[in-house]
Amino acid sequence: MLASKRLGKELTKMHENLAPGITKIKCDDFQEWLMDIRVDDNPLYHGEVYRLKFTFSNGYPIEAPEVVFVRDETHPIPIHPHIYSNGIICLDLLDKSGWSPVNNVESVCVALQSMLASNTKNERPPGDEDFVRTNRQRPRDINFVFHDDKV
Amino acid sequence: MDSEDEFNSSQVSEDEFMMDADSDAEDDYGVDHDDVGFESQHTDIKPAKHAYEVDFKVCSPEDIEAQQARQVADTSSLLEQPPEATAILFRHFRWNKERLIDKYMDNRDAVLEAAGLSEEAASSPPRIEKVPGFVCDICCDEDPEETFAMKCGHRFCVDCYKQYLRTKIKDEGEAARIRCPGDGCNKIVDSKSLNLLITGDLKERYDELLTRTYVDDKENLKWCPAPECVYAIDCKVRDKELMRVVPTVHCDCGHDFCFGCTLDDHQPAPCALVKKWLKKCADDSETANWISAHTKECPKCHSTIEKNGGCNHMTCRKCRHEFCWMCMGIWSEHGTSWYNCNRYEEKSGHEARDAQAKSRQALERYLHYYQRYANHEQSAKLDKDIYLKTEKKMQQLQNTTGMSWIEVQFLDSASQALQQCRRTLKWTYAFAYYLARNNLTQIFEDNQKDLEMAVENLSEMFEKPVDQLQGLKVEMMDKTAYCTKRRIILLDDTAVNLREGMLDLDVIHEREC
Repeated sequence: MLASKRLGKELTKMHENLAPGITKIKCDDFQEWLMDIRVDDNPLYHGEVYRLKFTFSNGYPIEAPEVVFVRDETHPIPIHPHIYSNGIICLDLLDKSGWSPVNNVESVCVALQSMLASNTKNERPPGDEDFVRTNRQRPRDINFVFHDDKV
Repeated sequence: MDSEDEFNSSQVSEDEFMMDADSDAEDDYGVDHDDVGFESQHTDIKPAKHAYEVDFKVCSPEDIEAQQARQVADTSSLLEQPPEATAILFRHFRWNKERLIDKYMDNRDAVLEAAGLSEEAASSPPRIEKVPGFVCDICCDEDPEETFAMKCGHRFCVDCYKQYLRTKIKDEGEAARIRCPGDGCNKIVDSKSLNLLITGDLKERYDELLTRTYVDDKENLKWCPAPECVYAIDCKVRDKELMRVVPTVHCDCGHDFCFGCTLDDHQPAPCALVKKWLKKCADDSETANWISAHTKECPKCHSTIEKNGGCNHMTCRKCRHEFCWMCMGIWSEHGTSWYNCNRYEEKSGHEARDAQAKSRQALERYLHYYQRYANHEQSAKLDKDIYLKTEKKMQQLQNTTGMSWIEVQFLDSASQALQQCRRTLKWTYAFAYYLARNNLTQIFEDNQKDLEMAVENLSEMFEKPVDQLQGLKVEMMDKTAYCTKRRIILLDDTAVNLREGMLDLDVIHEREC
């Protein structure tokens, strides 16, 4: 109830205007949305379009949405020390400890844009290969340790 | 915080202790318990107390509530803060009173800020109000009837606030450190605000969780890990003492456990040893040991080879190196003695054999202790079955011999003693595995042997048919008493030596095997 009401309002607002570099792709239900983001002011990501998948629970926005990058022919997974090559993002904003119900789809996109914009390291997180090979958990069930406050 | 409801006790997570928490163990329960200092117990001052026993107290949920309330009341006046704020400060400092007072006196404003109490905490109490033209940032509704904000000014409609608190309390099990829903706001939702917003079952759950955090935060308190048990244990043994003390405590629910690690009682072995031993037994590191004991390596390319028949002339399938399985030396040196290796003293095979022998020895040593450990564990399980059958036996005995209920209790105490002694014995073998030899190990092993013999004697009697049990009553009671006595002697002796640092346990440095 709360989730669909809130998402409906977010959608109305996004029709009017969206922050630069953010495009809605598929927002036709209240379970799963696709959004595209661009980060043109960082040479690492210049010219690329990255696709984000938002999955909402009924508890949204009290509960954080699940947000991952998805890969297809035209959308790679950005290389970043906090983004695993399977698209899982390690960001405290998306964890229950850092999530605030005031956040919304657009603000998450903006936060991810700025996380990419400020990055200078062209690398994956340590242990990426192992994590991607062995992880079967959903992002919200993973206990990330947020040790890097700079992002 | 005056909940009197029952709450479930679940496994207490490994507590993170603060190193500077030495002073938070204030005596906060008015009971005058017989507290002799830990160090002096093994002297003859208190003969009733054994060296392996530690002081502890069982706390009911009401005791825990009272302890918290008392500490808050005492400190509230000192800090010149209302009780609610004092409670928040306490939780913020994880109930470390000294650190709280220290920091507070040092920099009051910074502490209040950090605890989420920055604005004048005493002034106007929180209230629900309608604010014209207000839009809630959570549900995006315009002009909701009821809104709420704490002093931080992050205002939301009451429904959203309630939903937020419900999620935090019910789903995430948070209580003491729920923050304002505002983005990046660190203000903690205080109990006055909470009382305004939550009701009924949620309030009860909240109070439970608050009590839990108190116990989790206090180094001297731990929940009894038994299922459904509501008690916590108060014990002053600290983490750093655990190499020298094995603090077994007895909860009022009947569960014996180690205060250090909350595992089942594992005297006389210290927690670190137990942890290491369990890991060793669970790891497949022993598979590796098996391999090194049952296979050999090619002396040249080090491929692992298991010989499953044939003559001693080995040709490594990988590197084509030819060697003798018996002496590990080069085959060409063997001359004409094709199927018999009698060159035992030759140097070429000496080193390869040495490595092999070592690994074999270590494995056998481990197996020696493991088999005995496992045997007692298994027997303890069987004893448990016996314990269940005991009642039936006791009944049968009552029926067939006309003995009264009180007269057949010797079976019950025998069974219990048996279980207790087996548990102790089991751990003596893990203990012995890590024990470096010195002149005290002989005494330890003698004690172990005496206890083991006593236990096996009693165990044997227990399996006698019911009609013989009556005649064995006196003997059985004697043997029960003897077992218990041997166990006390062993534990006492080991505890004293452990405390004095007379025993060299190889649990810090990994033993090579």
